[in-house]
Amino acid sequence: MAQFMALDAAIANTVRDGDFVALEGFTHLIPHAAAHEIIRQGRQELTLCRMTPDMVYDQLIGMGCARKLIFSYAGNPGVGLLLRFRDAIENQWPRPLEIEEHSHAAMANAYEAGAAGLPCAVFRGYRGAELADVNTNIKSITCPFTGENLAAVPAINADVAVIHGQRANKAGDVMIEGIIGVQKEAVLGAKRAVITVEEIVDEFADISPNAVVLPNWTIDAIAVVPGGAHPSYAHGYYSRDNAFYKDWDRISRDRQLFIAWMDEHVLKSSPQAFRVHGAGGK
Amino acid sequence: MTTVTLNEIMTVTAARALKNSDVCFVGIGLPSEACNLARLTHAPEITLIYESGTIGTKPNVLPLSIGDGELCETAVTTVSVPEMFRYWLQGGRVTVGFLSAAQLDKFGNINTTVIGDYHRPKTRLPGGGGAPEIATSCGEIFITVKHSRRAFVEKLDFVTSIGHGDGPGHRQRLGITTKGPTRLVTDLCVMQPDPETCEFQVTSLHAGITRQQVIEATGWDLKFASEVSETPTPSNAELDALRQLKQRTQEAHATA
Repeated sequence: MAQFMALDAAIANTVRDGDFVALEGFTHLIPHAAAHEIIRQGRQELTLCRMTPDMVYDQLIGMGCARKLIFSYAGNPGVGLLLRFRDAIENQWPRPLEIEEHSHAAMANAYEAGAAGLPCAVFRGYRGAELADVNTNIKSITCPFTGENLAAVPAINADVAVIHGQRANKAGDVMIEGIIGVQKEAVLGAKRAVITVEEIVDEFADISPNAVVLPNWTIDAIAVVPGGAHPSYAHGYYSRDNAFYKDWDRISRDRQLFIAWMDEHVLKSSPQAFRVHGAGGK
Repeated sequence: MTTVTLNEIMTVTAARALKNSDVCFVGIGLPSEACNLARLTHAPEITLIYESGTIGTKPNVLPLSIGDGELCETAVTTVSVPEMFRYWLQGGRVTVGFLSAAQLDKFGNINTTVIGDYHRPKTRLPGGGGAPEIATSCGEIFITVKHSRRAFVEKLDFVTSIGHGDGPGHRQRLGITTKGPTRLVTDLCVMQPDPETCEFQVTSLHAGITRQQVIEATGWDLKFASEVSETPTPSNAELDALRQLKQRTQEAHATA
């Protein structure tokens, strides 16, 4: 059952060294504040999983928190490459990073299989794609009805799913809307779930009966962190800070500049620093 | 009217390849620019889909990422990412996939994964994202890339997504039933696959571009169609729409 707590307690209670962690968000609702808390608490040897690792994974990797990355697109969309990720792959800095690389279709299907309690996902994919030659977790399966050869990948079941949502009600149910990515699947497929939200409301008013709501009994911890997705965005609350995504290219280009930025804005900071970007900052 | 640039000819020509009736899966960057220009000019009814789950989106400025808020706010509907890849892409609902590339070869195979060896890369690129299945599930594929020897290579360092593979019949042997790459628009020319060999050949040259310039910017033994025309010039209306779109985009992304 979901418990409301401060972000530091929420992360301390759910994320352990060596965990398989999925901090999800497809451009929208990326849990930046939660990722910063994981870095502040010095978690190590994490297996990080996400379809679109962007700035927060660049930060976790650059700070040496990750042993392995499972992903399908590791870039700063519209800007360029992920430079801390590149440094880890090309120069093993600050430590070697093992990778397991998929396509988006494969990971989306694998998250869904994880939520569905299946051991693997089956889909029509990877035909003629060389990833199948370098990733031993990409296999094929024959349809028993038609004989069609299909791709198969293992289901994704994280130890912990970490996401950011718009709001929780007092009972601890969480609603997300807009570009919803694979967050519902990541949470339902994981052993534990931590969610940061913009605000708590008495009850969800005027929402569609089909809105994406995660009931309180699917969640372990909820922390209220207004602005907690910045520089990503929260639909209905604040916009994507595209100028900052562009600036990350400069900050992450140089190891010393990166370390200095992380020291000032993460290690010596707190979840309250996000407030200026959220509802309270308006 | 100021002089038309080659980049503008590229974008307008790429946009013209799209029809009102198309359902188009849009890649970020040059494809996104071309697809939205088509929507703002001759194809206002086109359905643009971004892999973030936004279907029928009509952004006023070009998104920086595939998931900017405006894509969702202006969409007919926004679905989850598993639904996007399973029902809409794999389900065969998309007529055209519009892609770009870091490297491509004469058969339209694309690399956006690594330069150098996969396990010890010289440059680690972002990877395929949606491309491996876009390339096989969409009815056909349009590609737009700036012309250079670095991008147009004889042999890819890595095959992220298949075009025509190693030539005629390769897609069919893999069980792929869609057409694959049918059109390639660069800043120098337009290419289409030779129906016999599946190899991209030049079918039109942009104004002022010579065959020799294209040959020099291509890393494979380039072939020309039996008849090579001049790429139709962008109209004033198309150029105005493109320049205004880029201006709005630049202003929108300069500030938070």
